[in-house]
Amino acid sequence: MTTITPRDEQEACAAVAEAAAGRVPLALAGGGTKAAIGRPAQTERTLSAAALSGVTLYEPAELVIGARAGTPLAEVEQTLASRGQQLTFEPIDYRPLLGSAGEPTIGGVAAANLSGPRRIQAGAARDSLIGVRFVNGRGETVKNGGRVMKNVTGLDLVKLLGGSWGTLGFLTEVVFKVLPKPERATTLVLRGLDEAAAAAAMSAALGSPYEVTGAAYLPAGLGGGASQTMIRLEGFAYSVDYRGGELRRLFRRNDLDIVEGEANTALWRGVRDVAPFAAGISDEAVWRISTVPTKGHHFTELVARDVSCRWFYDWGGGLVWLACAAEGDAGAAIIRAALAQTGGHATLVRAPAEVRAAVDVFQPLTEPLRRLTAGIKGSLDPVGIFSRGRMYAGI
Amino acid sequence: MSIAFPAPDPAILARRDEILAGLARLVHPEALIASEDERRAFETDGLTAYRRLPLAVVLPSSTAEVSAVMRYLSGQGVKIVPRGAGTSLAGGAIPQEDAVVVGVSKMARVLELDFENRTARVEAGITNLAISGAVGHESFFYAPDPSSQLACTIAGNIGMNSGGAHCLKYGVTTNNILGVTMVLLDGTVVELGGQHLDSAGLDLLGLVIGSEGQLGIVTEATVRILRAAEGARPALLGFPSPEDAGACVAAIIGEGLVPVALEYMDKLAIEITEGFAQAGYPLDVEAMLIIEVEGSDAEIDEQLRRVVTIAERHRVKTIRVSKSEAESAAIWKGRKAAFGATGRISDYICMDGTIPTGQLPLVLQRIGEIVQREGLRVANVFHAGDGNLHPLILFDINKPGEMEKAERAGEDILRLCVEVGGCLTGEHGVGIEKRDLMRCQFDESDLAQQMRIRNVFDPAWLLNPAKVFPLDGRVLA
Ligand SMILES: Cc1cc2nc3c(=O)[nH]c(=O)nc-3n(C[C@H](O)[C@H](O)[C@H](O)COP(=O)(O)OP(=O)(O)OC[C@H]3O[C@@H](n4cnc5c(N)ncnc54)[C@H](O)[C@@H]3O)c2cc1C
Repeated sequence: MTTITPRDEQEACAAVAEAAAGRVPLALAGGGTKAAIGRPAQTERTLSAAALSGVTLYEPAELVIGARAGTPLAEVEQTLASRGQQLTFEPIDYRPLLGSAGEPTIGGVAAANLSGPRRIQAGAARDSLIGVRFVNGRGETVKNGGRVMKNVTGLDLVKLLGGSWGTLGFLTEVVFKVLPKPERATTLVLRGLDEAAAAAAMSAALGSPYEVTGAAYLPAGLGGGASQTMIRLEGFAYSVDYRGGELRRLFRRNDLDIVEGEANTALWRGVRDVAPFAAGISDEAVWRISTVPTKGHHFTELVARDVSCRWFYDWGGGLVWLACAAEGDAGAAIIRAALAQTGGHATLVRAPAEVRAAVDVFQPLTEPLRRLTAGIKGSLDPVGIFSRGRMYAGI
Repeated sequence: MSIAFPAPDPAILARRDEILAGLARLVHPEALIASEDERRAFETDGLTAYRRLPLAVVLPSSTAEVSAVMRYLSGQGVKIVPRGAGTSLAGGAIPQEDAVVVGVSKMARVLELDFENRTARVEAGITNLAISGAVGHESFFYAPDPSSQLACTIAGNIGMNSGGAHCLKYGVTTNNILGVTMVLLDGTVVELGGQHLDSAGLDLLGLVIGSEGQLGIVTEATVRILRAAEGARPALLGFPSPEDAGACVAAIIGEGLVPVALEYMDKLAIEITEGFAQAGYPLDVEAMLIIEVEGSDAEIDEQLRRVVTIAERHRVKTIRVSKSEAESAAIWKGRKAAFGATGRISDYICMDGTIPTGQLPLVLQRIGEIVQREGLRVANVFHAGDGNLHPLILFDINKPGEMEKAERAGEDILRLCVEVGGCLTGEHGVGIEKRDLMRCQFDESDLAQQMRIRNVFDPAWLLNPAKVFPLDGRVLA
C-alpha cells in the first residue's frame, strides 16, 4: 500500500492522470478516519489530501470560510471560534464509533456530508457547502459554486460532490457558509416517555415557533435510567430564556430537567458521535437510518421483531442509530424490508470487512437510479479509478 | 437582439402534423395546444424581449401523461422545453420553433400535508404561494419566497433553484426540497429523495435542483414546511452613503445577528418607488436598508434595538422601527413595489449577479460608472445580506440602440461580479440571458464536466438545449 500526498493541486492532477493512464485504482482520503465506511475496496494506492492544508479564505462578516481539503476540521473550527462563529451543521466525529485514529479533515466532512443533531434545523453539510475545487478522473481541475451564498450559475456539482465518499473526484478545496455561535444553549430533558409519546413530543417541539436545534431520544437503559427525550434551544440569552419558558409550559405535564453549560455540550456530543455504541463499549454492527421522523419508532418495531438490536433517535425521530450483532448480513435484509414500509435509507457504518463485502453498505438503488449513478460516475471518472466499489459494487 | 437561438431543424418543422397527431393519441384533447393564437401565450417568459413560437404545447395532467409524452417526443428526436408559469427572467422557459413545450401548470394539486413531519407533497405546477396558502391555517409556511410567488410554480423554482427576500435565514429552494418525482427523457419515472432528510446515494436531488429543465421534467415534489415565527417586524434605516450602509450590514452580521431579511435600495430606487407607492421613504438619503427580524414581540424589540445601536455607529440618518403590522406593511410596501414602479416609468432589465458583501461599495460605484458610460441610469435594489444584486438598468426601448446599450452594461456588470469573486446569477438562473457569459466564470474544463454530466441524462441534447451552455464548444455524448 503506497500513499501519494500531493502538495498542491497540480501534483494532484499529475498523480491522478498517471493513475488513470495505468488504470491504477486509488483510494481517496483526507485524514483516513472514515476509511472503514463503505464496501472494502482493493486499492494498492491511496491519494491523500493531508498535505493540502490551510484556511484560504475567512471573512467573518460575509459568513464564509474556505480551506484546502486536507485542513484539519479542528483547525477550521478553532479559526471560526476565534471570531465567535461555527459550522452550523455540527459534523459528527466518527472516530469514537469506528475506533479510528487520525485527524478528520474539512474535505472529509464535505465528501461524507457529515451532519449532526443541528441538521434538523440548520441543514446538512451539503446545505452549507457553497464551493468546491476538485480533480476529476481525467486529472483536470474542476471548480463549482464559489464563495458567495447565492449562486445558481450552471449545474450544481457542489451538491453532487458532497456526500460522494471519494467516488467522483479528489477534493482540493472547499468553501462553507458559517453562522454565529449561539450565545446560550439549553436542553429540556423529558424523562420516561415511551417511543410513541417521545415522537409526538419531538414533533410538537419541532413544529413550535421556537426553532428547536436538536431533538433526540435515548430509550430507557441507553442513557442511564429512564428514557430521555431531549429538546435543545440555542441563540441569544434573552431568546433562549424566553423560549425555554414557553417549551416548559408546553411540556408542563412531563417529568422534566434542564441541562445547560458543559453538561449540555457533552450530552449533544454523545448524541452526535453515537456514544452509546462507541467502539470499546460495543462491538456490534451499527446502522445509520434516515426515515420519516414519526415513523422512526415503527421502523425499529418492525426490525426488532426479527433482529435483536438496540437503538436511539436523533433528528426528531428521523435518524435512527441501530446496533445489532455483526453476524450474517447484520440484519440488512430485515432492515431494508422495514424501510420499504416506512421510507428512507440505511447505511451500514460499522461492521467487519467481511460483512461489508457481503452486504450492500449503502442503500441499494432502483435500476434507473443505478444507471444514472453509474453514468455520473463514468462522466467524472471514466476509467473508474476513484474509490471504485466503495458505495456500490461495480460503480 | 444579441442572443442567438440555434436554427430550427427543418426536418422536424416538416413533420409538425405527424408529431401533433402522435401527441394527440397520448393526452386529452384539451391538453394539446396547436393553434398559432394559443401557442403565442407560450412564446416567451419573463425575458419578453426574446420570443420563439413553439411547434406545439402540451399541458399534461399526470405523471403518466408526462411520461408518455417524453417517451414519444424523445423517440421522435423532438426537442422539449419544460415550463412552469413562464416567469423566468433569464429566458429559461423560452421555446424554440422546433421544440414542444411541456408545461406542468395543470398539475397543481396538494397531495398530502403532514404537519407532524413538517412536509407537504404537491404536484409541481402548484404556485409557490399556494403551498404557503395550503398550510397557513396551521401557522406553517413554505420558506423560499420569490417576489413572483403568486405566479411562479414550484417546478420553475426547482428548475432555477429560486430564492427570495427571506433566504438569508431560511435558504433557497435546494435547502427546502426533500424529494421529487421526475420523468426522464425516455419516459422513465424516478423518485429522488423522499420524505426523510438527505437522499440515499449520490445527491441527485441536489444536482436536479437548479438544472433549468435540462435533466428531466419534475412532476411532484415533497417540500419542507416550517412553523412561522410568532411575529416579524422590520426597521427602515437611511444612510448618507452606500459605504455607511454596507459597513452597517457587515457590522450587523459580525455581531451575530442574522436578520430574516436585509434589503438594500439606492437613491434612485427610493425615488422611483416613492413616486409610485408613497411608502414614506426618506428622499434625503443615498442608501436605505430594510432589516426584518423575527420572534416574540419582546425578542423583536431586543433585536431591533441592537440593530439600531449598530446603525447609530454608522452615521444613520433616518430610523423607522415598525411597532405594528400596519407600520411593517408600510415599510415593505415600497420594496415590494420596486420592480413594478420601475416598470411604470421606464423599460428596464434586471440583473442578478452575486458579490462578496465586502465588495459592495466598490461594486456600486463601478456599476454607476458602467451605466453612465452608456448614457443610462440604474436603480439598485438587492438582498444585501447575501450580496445578491439586482441592478435595474433603465432604458427606452423606442430609442434605437438603447436596449443594446442596456444589455452591454448588464454584461459588464455581471463580468464585474465575477471579477470581484462573485457569480453571474444568484437566483434567476442562466437561461439564454447569461449563457454566452458562462466562460467569464468557468474554465473550459469546468463547463465540459458539467456538460458530460448533462449528457448522462440527455445524450442527444433534446431537453431545453439552447440554454445555459454556450452554443459553441459543446461537449456531446
Ligand atoms: C416580477 C418577477 C419577480 C421575480 N422575483 C424573483 C425572486 O425574487 N427570486 C427569484 O429567484 N426569482 C424571481 N423571479 C424569476 C422567476 O419567477 C423564477 O425563476 C421562478 O422560479 C420561475 O418559475 P416558473 O414557474 O415561472 O418557471 P418557468 O419560467 O416556466 O421555468 C423556469 C425554468 O425551469 C424549467 N422548468 C419549468 N418547469 C419544469 C419542470 N416541471 N421540470 C423541470 N424543469 C422545469 C424551465 O425549463 C426553465 O428553465 C421573478 C420573476 C418576475 C417576473
